[in-house]
Amino acid sequence: MTTKAATHDEAAPIGGRIWTPFTAVLAVLVILLVVVLGVRFVRGIGAVTNLNDGYPWGLWIAWDVVIGSALGASGFTVAFTTYILNRGKYHPIVRPALLTALFGYAMAGASVVFDVGRYWDMWHVFMPRYAQLNSVLFEVAVCIAAYTVVLFIEFLPVVLEKFGMAKAHQKLDKALFFFIAIGVLLPTMHQSSLGSMLIVFGPQIDPIYQTKALPVLFLVSTIGMGLAAVTIEGSVTALALRRPLERELLAKLMKVGQGLTAIFLLVRFTDLAVRGQLPAIFEIRTLTILFWIETALFATPIVLLLGKGGTQPRRFFIAAMSMAIAGILYRLDAYLVAYDTGAGWHYFPSMGELVVTIGLVAAEILGFIIAIRVLPVLPKMGRTRTAPATETH
Amino acid sequence: MLTRRKLLKGLAGGAGVLVAAPITAEARAAKTLPDKALGLLFDGTLCIGCRACIAACKESNGMPPEFTELGIGDYWDSPLDISGKTLNVIKAYRDGTGLNKDQEKDGFAFTKVSCMHCVDPSCVSACPVSAMTKDPETGIVRYSVDACIGCRYCVAACPFNVPRFTYDTPIPKISKCQLCQHRLPEGKYAACAEVCPTGATLYGPVIDLKKEIERRRALTPGTQTTYPRGKIGGTDTYQGPAGHYVARTYGETEIGGTQVLHLSGVSFDLLNKPPLPTVAPASISESLQHAVYNNLIAPLGFLGTLAVLAWRHMRPKAEVAPPAKPPTDADDGGAP
Ligand code: SF4
Ligand code: SF4
Ligand code: SF4
Repeated sequence: MTTKAATHDEAAPIGGRIWTPFTAVLAVLVILLVVVLGVRFVRGIGAVTNLNDGYPWGLWIAWDVVIGSALGASGFTVAFTTYILNRGKYHPIVRPALLTALFGYAMAGASVVFDVGRYWDMWHVFMPRYAQLNSVLFEVAVCIAAYTVVLFIEFLPVVLEKFGMAKAHQKLDKALFFFIAIGVLLPTMHQSSLGSMLIVFGPQIDPIYQTKALPVLFLVSTIGMGLAAVTIEGSVTALALRRPLERELLAKLMKVGQGLTAIFLLVRFTDLAVRGQLPAIFEIRTLTILFWIETALFATPIVLLLGKGGTQPRRFFIAAMSMAIAGILYRLDAYLVAYDTGAGWHYFPSMGELVVTIGLVAAEILGFIIAIRVLPVLPKMGRTRTAPATETH
Repeated sequence: MLTRRKLLKGLAGGAGVLVAAPITAEARAAKTLPDKALGLLFDGTLCIGCRACIAACKESNGMPPEFTELGIGDYWDSPLDISGKTLNVIKAYRDGTGLNKDQEKDGFAFTKVSCMHCVDPSCVSACPVSAMTKDPETGIVRYSVDACIGCRYCVAACPFNVPRFTYDTPIPKISKCQLCQHRLPEGKYAACAEVCPTGATLYGPVIDLKKEIERRRALTPGTQTTYPRGKIGGTDTYQGPAGHYVARTYGETEIGGTQVLHLSGVSFDLLNKPPLPTVAPASISESLQHAVYNNLIAPLGFLGTLAVLAWRHMRPKAEVAPPAKPPTDADDGGAP
């Protein structure tokens, strides 16, 4: 079956120098992150963050975990399209998408370790003795951990291929379908739960954002963000490495994204109307201004991708950026701006928090660059891309 | 374009469960007060602001002193708020000349800040590792440092902003009032109530505290009456004038009710005790989770569908049967 052959035969390490001025800068940012974390582990969370009892969760949770994993939705959305819907032609972007997801989730997992105060007891989450099944965070933690493992397994063929372990590779191939399936299920669970997590905050979340539709809104926007991440990553890789752009595939993914953003806005406004909160969005205050910026960012891809012009790389790239930023802003607003625990509490991320978050992003990009240079992730250069028939069956 | 439609349709299967959940969610029954629930009654009209309860709370819970701008140098424990070092404080409201007790204009009033021991606590619902638990008998909301992972979900979830975290140490933990449960086996009770000279903080079974509230509300303000001091049903009493109360008893209905109840002579809004919904956010959150994850039926069903599809499409070697689908991209019809 050519569907399989398409992936395995046609991916190759792109080779080339790992150390360039750009990767060196990334490495420095990662070193800074390590330094800040050193201080955090010796002197406590308060020594490097602005977290307080009014804002016990800050940038590290909102960005590194909630947003990082949402951008990592690239993995499951593309796996879903390719394997569940059997769109074999998406094969060339499966591996880079999985890799992006793997780094996104690994970083989310890593950031939990240093955000959690009593990290040495984190294993409690996995022990039936401690497990608290009613806790949304319990579901999120177990599910994200499980999915990170699944992502490793999904990506494992690439490593096995690299080291020529054909036998193991064959064995894994037989079971891979199950990991692909579970690798779609788990993110739908925890990505929606990342929204549900705010429900127990009750009136502390502004009524514009506090709704039982949170899980739906989070899930739908996550898929959009995942698709946007694949598109951005594909476009940037093509540009930076002077490789052909998977133009048709990315344009189609963004078309799906366009539909999802439309659904997101539809659900959001219907929910606001049902809950009688429409007048609230016309008040003038920080949160409503941010709400409208989000709405504009969500609407941009819908407009940009209308008609035939939507397949222009520039258009769908901008649409993807807008979609990703919209999802990011929505999460930051829901987790940090809409959250108000009473008078007298303030939070703005500290230098240390920013250094850590930037360092994590740098680590992801650095890891991605190294991986595509040494592992067979990207499609082999020089293959023809014009005959989809040979790529499917 | 079919690609999009197909993807959306496929996703709808999984998302359908989610969308349906909030609508069909069988609300999990609201939690009710345990029969033998223990609690506190804080009557702001009786409080004289002596802060004896703050000192007693520190002592019997082994909490360190806290030095703030209130004190002079590092001599006096002078907490301004509850914190990782302080489980209980008395806060004052002051307006204008601040001369008249329990008056909103030109007056002052006191209020107590400590855990409310909610009937349906958000902190318990939030905690992923059962470090926050509600005693089924006494209803005391307990914290176990041995279980806690320090995620601070409880801190964020509590609508009264009660659990506090020690950010200034590499070995942090949560601090919150546990109604002095460690003193119960010794035959003692809440230290803050025990030392209160006027009975403003009163300890006892919640049912009895509620009766006492009714009794106080029935009195004519200003007339002399006898208040129980320390714990309800004891012999220790205090003579004083009956208070003039605002209509609301704070904690009666707030997020499903609490075991610590407050009476006040001034509006609770002025005391930083804002009105809260009567439905516990914990019950909304848990109803939703249960609807989606009810015995994992929906997720497992979804997984089954996914696995079958993935297996069909990824079967090694075997020709993937393309039943209704031509081998080419013809189904992408309209795409350029
Ligand atoms: S007041 Fe807060 S900490 Fe205390 S029981 Fe209620 S939710 Fe938990
Ligand atoms: S900080 Fe501790 S007690 Fe609070 S929710 Fe997390 S694990 Fe539970
Ligand atoms: S019951 Fe005990 S721990 Fe709670 S406020 Fe009173 S003295 Fe402090």
